[in-house]
Amino acid sequence: MTERFHDIALTVNGEPVHERVDARRTLVDFLREDLALTGSHVGCEHGVCGACTVLLDGAIVRGCLTLAVQCDGARVETIEGVADSGAIADLRAAFEARNALQCGFCTPGMLLTAQALLAHGGVPSREEIRAHLSGNYCRCTGYHAIVDAVEAVARGRAGRRK
Amino acid sequence: MKPAPFGYAKARSVDDAVALLARYADAHLIAGGQSLVATLNMRLSAPRLLIDINALDELKQIACNGETLTLGALVRHAEAERSAEVARHAPLIAQALPHIAHPAIRNRGTIGGSIAYADPAAELPACLLALGGTVELAGPAGRRTVKAGDFFKGLFETALGPNEVLTAVRVPVARPDSRYGFAELARRHGDYALVGLAAAATAEGAALRDVRLAFFGVGATPVRAQTAEAALERGEDAVAALARDLQPADDVQASAAAKRHLAGVLLRRVAAQLTGTRA
Repeated sequence: MTERFHDIALTVNGEPVHERVDARRTLVDFLREDLALTGSHVGCEHGVCGACTVLLDGAIVRGCLTLAVQCDGARVETIEGVADSGAIADLRAAFEARNALQCGFCTPGMLLTAQALLAHGGVPSREEIRAHLSGNYCRCTGYHAIVDAVEAVARGRAGRRK
Repeated sequence: MKPAPFGYAKARSVDDAVALLARYADAHLIAGGQSLVATLNMRLSAPRLLIDINALDELKQIACNGETLTLGALVRHAEAERSAEVARHAPLIAQALPHIAHPAIRNRGTIGGSIAYADPAAELPACLLALGGTVELAGPAGRRTVKAGDFFKGLFETALGPNEVLTAVRVPVARPDSRYGFAELARRHGDYALVGLAAAATAEGAALRDVRLAFFGVGATPVRAQTAEAALERGEDAVAALARDLQPADDVQASAAAKRHLAGVLLRRVAAQLTGTRA
């Protein structure tokens, strides 16, 4: 009961996963090293940069501040699953069209974090977009183009709902 | 970096968590883990055992009995942020929550964790102090209640005993004449504050009584500014009085002089919120 290694069962991008994990394995390392889902990136490893953002039971979390062993019974979704679902096709297109990425390291986290804001509906202000993305670092483009892309998608989705 | 190896156990109840803490040396509780896992990753802490309390439904309640709002220790920041009960009964906490870190961290971080960790630049300890709230603890000797003013002892140091579990926080509910104010300055939205202020008062006509000003980011714990409180109650210049209440030290973010200045700026803003005037 107090061991280091534990069997966990969860779903990742809809697929059932059964693995034995070391308790010290973070969720993002589990996804990358054990499941070869390398779309979630490891940046600062202390919760500051947001590159490791994944969905845990539908909510965005830091993959580096969550332990895999804590995800027993959980539903995890990564950028691979969310992108394949088509749910963020418009957001990906807007990032590309507006040059909202250069090296791409922050992009999976940016997309999932932006999608969490857009899921609230409505058109957030630029200040709200910046505040919402404040926990995701980009070291290439700066944030202007990213905010532009998120704002454009918010407007586009609001228009389609009318 | 990666954490040093540790064992892991899921507590089945609060009593089980207390028993595990008592049985194993060098064991830590893990709730949201948003501060703890960062320190594990950086190997600033290396416990031999983590006791996970995330499955304890008894710690997930938000309840109001008319006098007091109780927030279970495992209520996530994001849940409190969405809670109509928190917005209605504890508007100061509702006002503070969006300042805590970032959405992905608030989805996981817990109310109890923020209080137990007692970061001196964090929002919730100051809110609890301003509201005159209490902390509920469970330990080997049973349950006890500690006032916020007695709970925060020093830098990351609280009244929580080594084998105790923080189970809930309680705050008095807002009344029609309750007034609240909150402001903080951070370099980036979601960062720990350079300086922050959580305040509560009771309106009496145009005047204020029972003013409670809790500054954060200016000392080892959240700090009451009692000279400034009395000045506000008398309708006098509280910013001038503040010099006697705060002795901030230089830190990596700002000099002591800058913190003193910013504390005055925040006090003006918060005083305006308390009296319903424009700063």
